[in-house]
Amino acid sequence: MQLKESFAGTLESGDIHVRLQPSEEPGLKINLDSTVAYQFGAQIKSVITETLEGLGIDSAVVNVIDKGALDCTIRARVTAAAVRATGKDVWAD
Amino acid sequence: MSTLSQRAALVEKAAEKLGKAVSHPENNVKNPTPRIEFQKESPKLVSLEEAIRRSGLKDGMTISFHHHFRGGDKVVNLVVAKLAEMGFKNLHLAASSLSDVHAPLIEHIENGVITRISTSGLRGQLADRISRGLMEEPVIFRSHGGRGSAIATGDLHIDVAFLGASSADPLGNACGYSRSENAKSICGSLGYALPDAQYADKVVILTDDLVDYPNTPCSISERQVDYVVEIDSVGDSSKISSGAIRDSKNPRDILLAQKAAKVIINSGYFKDGFSIQTGTGGASLAAVKYIRQSMIDRGIKASFALGGITAHMVKLHEEGLIGRLIDVQSFDKVAAESLKNDMMHKEVSANEYASADEPGSAVHYLDIVILSALEVDVNFNVNVLVGSDGIIRGAIGGHPDTAADSALSIIVCPLLRGRIPCVVDEVTTLITPGSSVDVVVTEYGIAVNPRRPELAERLRAAGLDVTDIKTLRDKGQSIIGEASPLPFGDKVVGVVMNRDGNVLDVIKNIAD
Amino acid sequence: MMFVPGNNPGMMADAHIYGPDSIMLDLEDSVTMAEKDTARLLVYNALKSIDYGDTEMVVRINPLNTPYGKKDIEAVVKAGVDVIRMPKTETAEEVVEVEREIERVEREIGCLGRTKIMAAIESALGICNAYAIATASPRMMGIALGAEDYCANLKTQRTPDGDELRLARETIVVAARAAGIDALDTVYSNLNDMETFRKEVEFIHRLGFDGKSIINPRQIEVVNEVFAPTEKAIEKARTILAAIREAEKKGSGVIAVNGKMVDRPVVIRAQRTIDLAIASGILKEEEVK
Repeated sequence: MQLKESFAGTLESGDIHVRLQPSEEPGLKINLDSTVAYQFGAQIKSVITETLEGLGIDSAVVNVIDKGALDCTIRARVTAAAVRATGKDVWAD
Repeated sequence: MSTLSQRAALVEKAAEKLGKAVSHPENNVKNPTPRIEFQKESPKLVSLEEAIRRSGLKDGMTISFHHHFRGGDKVVNLVVAKLAEMGFKNLHLAASSLSDVHAPLIEHIENGVITRISTSGLRGQLADRISRGLMEEPVIFRSHGGRGSAIATGDLHIDVAFLGASSADPLGNACGYSRSENAKSICGSLGYALPDAQYADKVVILTDDLVDYPNTPCSISERQVDYVVEIDSVGDSSKISSGAIRDSKNPRDILLAQKAAKVIINSGYFKDGFSIQTGTGGASLAAVKYIRQSMIDRGIKASFALGGITAHMVKLHEEGLIGRLIDVQSFDKVAAESLKNDMMHKEVSANEYASADEPGSAVHYLDIVILSALEVDVNFNVNVLVGSDGIIRGAIGGHPDTAADSALSIIVCPLLRGRIPCVVDEVTTLITPGSSVDVVVTEYGIAVNPRRPELAERLRAAGLDVTDIKTLRDKGQSIIGEASPLPFGDKVVGVVMNRDGNVLDVIKNIAD
Repeated sequence: MMFVPGNNPGMMADAHIYGPDSIMLDLEDSVTMAEKDTARLLVYNALKSIDYGDTEMVVRINPLNTPYGKKDIEAVVKAGVDVIRMPKTETAEEVVEVEREIERVEREIGCLGRTKIMAAIESALGICNAYAIATASPRMMGIALGAEDYCANLKTQRTPDGDELRLARETIVVAARAAGIDALDTVYSNLNDMETFRKEVEFIHRLGFDGKSIINPRQIEVVNEVFAPTEKAIEKARTILAAIREAEKKGSGVIAVNGKMVDRPVVIRAQRTIDLAIASGILKEEEVK
């Protein structure tokens, strides 16, 4: 899928900032900077991967700064970044 | 007839019998200098370098500091830099606590000036580096009461104490405040410095307000002081209420404080003459605000408030709701001023405050203590020292001392801090054993230690949301998911001493 | 009803711990145009994942005549929201339009009739049409006053005494009562003036409102205190309800308590007192049986 660089989210506590960039290579490359990296790094990455794959995005560079966001917030921010990157909304027009 | 010369033989005989010489005062020379000038020639008044030299400090010895200026402290960095400059190596730094401002110690550790540290806490960059294995020797962590005991028993022998004071006269009478118009700083109580002043082999007072003799009333007497050094600044007073202390507008802190207040009021210990202490952390400090109205309504007065004294406590004291303030550490300027001006606001040493082995230490007569926590586990063990990421980020303080000796200990902590769980299966580091913790207050419910069924009954009867601690843990987990184990290495970077002088736990390094 | 900005995940995560009766996640005024899409996704995911317990969940959507309204409805209905709050409602037709959108989404996911509607009235025209709005849909559960926009529309401004809102407030209470739905008052936004806030809550309580909108958890306690019935009132209500149950058992129609005749309005008021006592935590549900 054609992506243009985009982001969603903030650096507030409890939020997550997600930046999506197109990638030459196949696969998702996730660079994660998180306040809870030791405890939840793997979980955060798997939520990001699931969400993007669910939206049909399987090649991208994902730069993420996490401030302790819950899974539902991560899903929301990743989806928002993806919608902005693809121009294809998840809701009917 | 009996003149001095006629008695000379008898004087000689008496001297012989007592094993003494005969005195000849006729040769004494009086110094006629006016005393206001004479005191400036005090032999104790020297430069920092001279004080260090004369103290007899040698490589490998133990130096000590207090942390009454908290994040504003300037003494530790100044003195250690001077020691480094003078070429000292292999020193043991025994501070009552260390914080963010002490990051410059990293360099002195790397250069071998400091090779051992004893403290109540570590924060910031220094804590981060130590957690990752900066030092060969593990840091020894003690509670405030435990440190006082260790100094008194000789477990922690101090060779030279470097104690900052907001005023001192040339003989060494020193305080945490100043009554002169040149006052530059104020920290109030010097409670954590008092054991050092009493037991260290040599005591150096550093002050930024050298006042005329006599600087009375004073915290540290000239009798305990060997040298007095005048420096530009001992500390930034505006920072004594920074760090762990804050008066919160955070709605969650307020909610927790209100819940803690309800626990106090319905605990069975809220009676005329009760005594109370609050620990650091917005919620525990604020709890006092919310018991005030009930004290007025029911005509209940507290006999004393203990520990770190805050403006809230001073207000209640001034309103007549708290009889006496017993202050080991002034948590803000209002408290520090009150200590200076109010007879009923008493300064105590760490030992008189919280030693396990002193029958008269105040914690033994404490009814209620409200404390914060980084983590509580399902066995009510508490960790206030090491973050859930394995990095040291706190201080033991008086936590285990007050929890163990009070009649009722209440831990106030949010169930979650962002995605960090505070009620867990097992604490990352054991600081206060569950055997001394009675109640845990969270925004999702209140858990009572099964050892205290009568307490649970009283709180339930008052309509409070008493629940099982395991339910709280499960609730937290359902919101944030299950955390992965931390990547600890094999090196011991810290040893936690129990207040009885025995080893309680160790802290391992975090491996990246 | 506590307002929580729909673009603040930190606040959305635990807004229910303060014990408001309902939480209104906002997609409208507190969210900038540039963030409408992200806030909608946040609210959708929060509603789906976070366990808000018994708290009634409300979402304030953008009006249907903006590019956001329709998507807002789709998202929050799919997320299972309890109530959709319409902002700046002026006519019954607008309600019908929103209802139609809700129904379309509900049909798609198979949960017809689940979502209720609340209308915020924030203009002079809206006040004139209050009863029509209140009765425009069987889904309508309450009407609320939005004072800031209303005052702007009226060419006046808010005062501590609230004289300028008097007619609007009374109209909303009367329309709500006539329609058999709830009346909710506007927010008070100066967090540092708790005294004026308390006076305002006492005033709207006297007017007959069912609740107050708040912007910060610190305001909850005052509202609960004002709306909580007194011990004496609770005792009286319990006596009346007990007498009614007794009378029903015996099959007698008219009863008297302490020499006063108890008719239907008295019973309704008594039941309302008990409901309020339970809602404000004074009584537990099992105590009333």
